[in-house]
Amino acid sequence: MAGSSLMENLFQRTLEDLIKGLRLQLIGESAFLSKAIDEIRREVKSTDSDTKANALHKLTYLSSLHFYDMSFAAFHVVELLSSTRFSHKKIAYHAASHSFTDDTPVLVLITNQLRKDLTSTNELEVSLALECLSRIATVDLARDLTPEIFTLLASSKVFVKKKAISVLLRVFDKYPDAVRVCFKRLVENLESSESQVVSVAVGVFCELALREPRSYLPLAPEFYKILVDSRNNWILIKVLKIFAKLAPLEPRLANRVVEPVCEHIRRTGAKSLLFECIRTVVTSLSDYESAVKLVVVKIREMLVDDDPNLKYLALQALSVVAPKHLWAVLENKEVVIKSLSDVDPNIKLESLRLVMAMVSESNVAEICRVLVNYALKSDPEFCNEILGSILSTCGSNVYEIIIDFDWYVSLLGEMSRIPHCQKGEEIEKQLIDIGMRVKDIRPELVRVSRDLLIDPALLGNPFLHRILSAAAWLSGIYVEFSINPFELMEALLQPRTTLLPPFIRAVYVQSAFKVVIFCLNAYLLQRGNAASSSYIDKLVPDVPGLVSERDDPESSDLASCDSPVHCKQDEGFNPRVLNQSFEGLFAEHGGEETATRGQVSASSSLKDGYTHESVINLLNRVELALAPLTRSYDVEILERARNILCFIELIKRKMPDCLVQKEESLGREEAPASQIIRLMHDAFSNDLGPVSVSAQERVPVPDGLVLAKNLEDLETIFGDVQLPSLNSVSLGSPQYEDRAGFSLPILQSKDEPGPSNESTSLLADHRKQHGLYYLPSAKNEDEYPPANDLKLHADTNDGDEDLVKLTEQLLVSKKKPNYVKPRPVVVKLDGDQVPIAANPVRKEDLLSGTVRDVLLGSDTNHTSSQSKVSTKSSTQRKGKDKLNVDSVTESKENLGDIEKHDQGNPRSRKSKHHTHGKGRRHKSPGKKGDEREENGQKVKQKNSHSHSKHKARQRAEVPLNFVAQTPGIPDFLL
Amino acid sequence: MIRAVMVINTQGKPRLAKFYEFQFLRSACGEATGAYTQRLWRFSCSLYLLSSRAENVSNFVDAESIFGPDTRLVYKHFATLYFVFVFDSSENELAMLDLIQVFVETLDKCFKNVCELDVVLNYSKMHTVMDEIIFGGQVLETSSTEVMKAVEEISKLETASNAISLVPKSVSAWRSR
Repeated sequence: MAGSSLMENLFQRTLEDLIKGLRLQLIGESAFLSKAIDEIRREVKSTDSDTKANALHKLTYLSSLHFYDMSFAAFHVVELLSSTRFSHKKIAYHAASHSFTDDTPVLVLITNQLRKDLTSTNELEVSLALECLSRIATVDLARDLTPEIFTLLASSKVFVKKKAISVLLRVFDKYPDAVRVCFKRLVENLESSESQVVSVAVGVFCELALREPRSYLPLAPEFYKILVDSRNNWILIKVLKIFAKLAPLEPRLANRVVEPVCEHIRRTGAKSLLFECIRTVVTSLSDYESAVKLVVVKIREMLVDDDPNLKYLALQALSVVAPKHLWAVLENKEVVIKSLSDVDPNIKLESLRLVMAMVSESNVAEICRVLVNYALKSDPEFCNEILGSILSTCGSNVYEIIIDFDWYVSLLGEMSRIPHCQKGEEIEKQLIDIGMRVKDIRPELVRVSRDLLIDPALLGNPFLHRILSAAAWLSGIYVEFSINPFELMEALLQPRTTLLPPFIRAVYVQSAFKVVIFCLNAYLLQRGNAASSSYIDKLVPDVPGLVSERDDPESSDLASCDSPVHCKQDEGFNPRVLNQSFEGLFAEHGGEETATRGQVSASSSLKDGYTHESVINLLNRVELALAPLTRSYDVEILERARNILCFIELIKRKMPDCLVQKEESLGREEAPASQIIRLMHDAFSNDLGPVSVSAQERVPVPDGLVLAKNLEDLETIFGDVQLPSLNSVSLGSPQYEDRAGFSLPILQSKDEPGPSNESTSLLADHRKQHGLYYLPSAKNEDEYPPANDLKLHADTNDGDEDLVKLTEQLLVSKKKPNYVKPRPVVVKLDGDQVPIAANPVRKEDLLSGTVRDVLLGSDTNHTSSQSKVSTKSSTQRKGKDKLNVDSVTESKENLGDIEKHDQGNPRSRKSKHHTHGKGRRHKSPGKKGDEREENGQKVKQKNSHSHSKHKARQRAEVPLNFVAQTPGIPDFLL
Repeated sequence: MIRAVMVINTQGKPRLAKFYEFQFLRSACGEATGAYTQRLWRFSCSLYLLSSRAENVSNFVDAESIFGPDTRLVYKHFATLYFVFVFDSSENELAMLDLIQVFVETLDKCFKNVCELDVVLNYSKMHTVMDEIIFGGQVLETSSTEVMKAVEEISKLETASNAISLVPKSVSAWRSR
C-alpha cells in the first residue's frame, strides 16, 4: 500500500511539470490537456494525500487558466481540507475558493473544518479559512461561523483582524443577522490605531454604504473624524466615497464636510485623492459654489496634464458637473473641443459627451456644424459615435432644442451622405417622426428626400437603405409638396432600386402608387377646374355644347365601344379575379389603349405640368417598371406592385371616357375612374399623425364587451371564415391591417378601397356576425385624430396633449428673438416622454434594515448565537435597548424642532441644544464625539488609546473647526 | 469592490485570473464554464486589440459590455504582460492603477526582476501574493513590504510542512519493504 503510494507520488507530474509540458507543446495543447485531466481524475482519488494535493493543485490551475470544469473534484477538495499539513490545506482552500458555488452539495461538509481552522492558533491557517470564506460563504456558513468571526474581530494580530473585518462584507451579505453580533466591533475598528485595520473597516463601510447609504448616516461622526484626521490616502478615498453618498441625504452634513474636502484638495499631492475629492464635490457637493470653483481650477490643471488618464478623468468630472454648472464646461470649451481629435478614444468619447452637454437652442447649429466636420475626418467608429450623439441630443424630448427645423432636416440629409454613416435607422426614425409632428417642415422634408432619392450612388450603401426608405415614404405621403412629381417618380422607379431589400422596395412601390394617384388627381382637378370655370361663365350647364366644344367624335365612339368591356371588368373587379385575368386583359386591350391614348392626348393639351401626355407617360413608365415585380418572391412587393398595376389598368381603360364625361356632365354621375381616383386621393391625403404610446389604452371598453381572457372561442368563430379575413384580424400583417376596420395608422398602410373590395365585404359580414370582438369604429376615429388638427385635439383628448399650452410654453421659453422663423408647432403626445420609472419603492433589504436596527438600537430579538458569544456586550446592549425607544424619525423631528426654535431666537441656540443633547444622550447608543468623551466607561475604554493620540493632533490642526462648530451641529450628526 | 484581477500576455493568453464577483464566476463555473470562458475570451480579444493602441493613451477601457453595468477596467502594460483590474464605482480609478503598481512591485521583490516566465511557472505564489493584497474584492494591504513579509511567512510554513512529512513518510515506506 505504502509502496504503491510512493510510486504514485514519485511518478506523478507536479504542477510545474504540467506547465512545462504545456509550454513544450509536443502533442498539441488540447490533447495534452485532456491527457492531463484524465491523469488528474485518476490521481485525485488516491488515498495518498500528497498525490491528491498535487492533483488538485494541477486541476485548479487548469480550471483557472484553461477553464476546465472542476466540480467533479469537489468532494476531494473537502477531503484534503482536513489534512493537517499546511501546504495541503493551502491547496485545498485555494481549490475550494476557486471552485465552490452556493450550489455545491458538499459545502455543508466543510463547516466544522472551517470552524476548526478559524479557531486555530496558527494565524496563517486562520487566514486561509477567512480567505476561503470571503469567497464562498453561503447563508448557512455565514450563520454558523458568525461567532468565530466575531471572536477574530478582536484578535490582537493585525494580520488576522483585517481579514476578519473584510470577511464581514460577505457574511453580512449572506446573513444579515450577523450585523447584530458583529456591527459594534466593526464600528470600533474605525478608531483602531492600526491604519491597515481602519482602512479595511472603512472599505467595508464604503461597500455597505453604496448599497443603502441612509442606514449609515448615524456613523457620520466617526467618518468625519477619519476624514479630518487621517493622512492615509487609501482611507481618505474610501471615506470620501462614503460622504459622497451620505451628503446628499443630509444637507447639514454636506455643510460640514465641504471644508475638509476642500482642505484636502489644496493640500494633497496624490492625484488619486485629488480626483476623489473632485468627484465628491461634483457629485455630492455641487451646491457649494466656492468648492466647485476650486474644483474647476483643479480640473483645468488636470485637463492640460500630459497624463492621458488625468485628462480623461478630468473630462469625466466635467461631464458630471455639466448639468448643474455649465459654466465650468464653457470655461474649458477650447480644451474640450480640441480633445475631439485626441489620439485616445476614451478622451475623444468623453469630450464628445461634454460637447453635447454644451448644446443649447442658440448654439446647436454651430456645434453640429463643428461635429459633422469632425465626423467627416475621423475613423468610422468615432464618426458614428458623433452622429449618434447628435441625433440623440437633437431628438431628445421631441426635438426640444431645435427651432429651425429646415436646418435640422437638411443636416439629417447631410449626415446621411457622410461616408461612414451607419445611423440609418435613427435618421429614418427622425425623418418620419419630424414629418408627422411638424407640419410646416414637410416641403423641406420632401426636398431633402428628393435629393436623397434622386442620387443613384446612395443606393449602393446598405447603411443608407433605411434612410432612403424614409425618404421614399415621405415623398410619397407628402407628394403634394413635391416640385416635380414626375422626376420623383423616375427616382422611385430607377433600376438601381433592385439593390434595396424587399421591405424597402415595397415602400418605394407604395410611394410610387401615391405619386400616381396624386398626379392623376391633379390632372383631373386641372381639367375639372377648366371645365367648371367654363360652366361658371355660362351659368347654365350646357352639356352638349361643352362636348362639342371640347371633345372630338372619336372619343365618344371609343367610350361606347369600351363600355361593355368595362362593365364586365367592373363586375369582376376584385383582387383575385383580377390578378388572374390581368395578363390576359392587358394583352387583349393593349393595342386599343395605345390608340385611345394618342387621340385623347391630342384632345387635351393643357399648359400645366399635368398634360395628358405626361400623365399617360407616367402611367406607362410605372407599368413598365413594375411589371417585373409581379413575379417577385416577396409578398409585400408582389402585392403592392399588383395593386398599382391593376389600378393603372383600370384607370387607363376609363381614362378617355372619364375625361369626356367629366366635361360633358358635371351634373351627372361622375365617371367611375375619376371617382376612384378621387377616393384614392382622399384616402391618401388623410393626415397621419404620431400615435401616443398609450393610445391603445385610452380606447374605452364599450359597455357589454366581455373581453375573454382566453381567445380560444375565437377559433370556433373563425372556423367558417376563409383565410384572408382571418389574416385581416391579425394585427401583425400590415398589408391586411388597413382592411380591417380598426387598423392602427401604420406608416405604409393606407386604404386601398379598389383592390380590397372583397375582403372588406367579407369583413363587413364578419363584423355583423361577431360584432362583439370589434372595437366601435366611431370611437376609433376619435381616438386617432389627425395629428395637426388642433381643434380636434383640444376637443377629444382629455388634457393630455394640450397643444395650445405647448405652443404657449414654446413661445415663452423662446428667448432668442433673432430667429426670423418662429419654431413650428411640434406635435407632442403624452406618451412621448419616456415614462420616468417611478422610483420603485425598493423593499428595504434585510441587511440595511438590520444595520439600522443595530445603529438605532431598536432591535429586541437577539439571536441565540449572539447571546452565546457575547454575553457581556449583549447584556450591555440589552440594557440600552430598553431605554432606546427612539426611532430615527422621531429624532429627526426633534432636530427639526430645534431648528425652528433656533430661527426664532438664535441666542438660546446653544442652551437649547444642550438640553436636547442631554435629553437624548441616554437614549441613543454612543456615537457622538462629545458624548463619547463624557459618557459611558465602555466608550471611554474603546477610545482611550486612539483618541488621546488623535486629540492632540486634531487640536493642533483644526482646533476651531472641530470644537467650535460642534455645538451648532446636532449631535445626531457630528 | 474589485471584481476581477487578470494578467494576460500580449498574445491574449491568460496568465492569472481571479474573480471576486461572486455570481460572476460562480454561475459560469457551475454550467460547464461556457459563459465564463466566452466572456474571458472576448475580453482577451479586446485586450489583444489593445496592444495595437498607441502607447501614450489612457489606461481605461470601456468594459461595461463585457462585465456588466457599473464596471470599470484599468490595465497597465509591463513588458509582455497586461495587468488588468476590473472594479466598480466603490474604487478609485487612479488608486487602482497604484494598486497594480504595488502588485507588480511585490512580484518584482518576490522573483527578483519578474518576467512573464516567473508568472507562468509560479502559479500558487502569484495567488498567495494576490491574496495578501486583495481579499474578497477589498484592498487589504497596500505596502509591498508588508505583503512580502506575509508571503515569506506562508512559504516558510509551506516548505516546513512538506519537509516534516516527507522524511517520515519515505522512511516508513522504506521500512515497509
